[in-house]
Amino acid sequence: MTSPVELERPEVDQVGVEDSPWVAIVWNDPVNLMSYVTYVLQKLFGYSREVATKLMLDVHHKGRAVVSSGGRDKIEVDVARLHAAGLWATMQHDK
Amino acid sequence: MRGWRRSGDQVVASIERNEAQLLRGLVGQIRQILAARVAESPVDELSAITGIRAGPTTPPQDRVLARLLPEFHRDDATLAGGLRALHEPELIDAKDGVAAVVLRTCPADGGKVRLTMDEAQAWLSALNDVRLALGTVLEVTEDLPDELPPTDPRGPYLGVYHWLTYVQESLVHAVSGP
Repeated sequence: MTSPVELERPEVDQVGVEDSPWVAIVWNDPVNLMSYVTYVLQKLFGYSREVATKLMLDVHHKGRAVVSSGGRDKIEVDVARLHAAGLWATMQHDK
Repeated sequence: MRGWRRSGDQVVASIERNEAQLLRGLVGQIRQILAARVAESPVDELSAITGIRAGPTTPPQDRVLARLLPEFHRDDATLAGGLRALHEPELIDAKDGVAAVVLRTCPADGGKVRLTMDEAQAWLSALNDVRLALGTVLEVTEDLPDELPPTDPRGPYLGVYHWLTYVQESLVHAVSGP
């Protein structure tokens, strides 16, 4: 049995984003309500209100936020669900 | 309408007759716009045989439809086209479905609206689709004024847009609240 070692973890600045190849991005648009975007992020991804609010504010102030990451199939489904909710979302290969 | 309130595991509101007619009309318009998109891409033999539906690979020309049915990727048109073909039929179904929930639960002559949480979620999506459509046509910006100059032809529609914003905002708070 090995003893626990300190693993170096990559720095990530977005919540819920791990070192994975595809990301779902939500873009700012002038129609979607801040409250509604927060609600959708909580509902679709199970984020706490705090996390969802932070992501929503990133969308609002920075113009975009990465809201999920993972394999291509997962992200494809995430973007489809965001579109169904009316958010402006795209996927991207996070090279 | 004076806003939504939580009542146990439901949300309730009273809606005026003219408001109900307006909302039902707008939601019906969304269904028609989506149906027109479906009609553009006739069912081919392969999908008729297999039952696997494929949507078009190109985004809609119409700017309202383009906003309701966004691209999956900003730069890679081939990838975006493939994913659109795969997902657009179900996306249209989803949007048509939430519109149908509003038409089923909003009394045509106004009165009390009582929604389960699932129905409320459908309303939120349907209200958002109507606001996206109207917002696209009105070319709304984030610093949209409450009122436009009297000469601006968008004036009357802006009032409708603001009302929809109020109805949606109020519903978000009612479903998110304790």
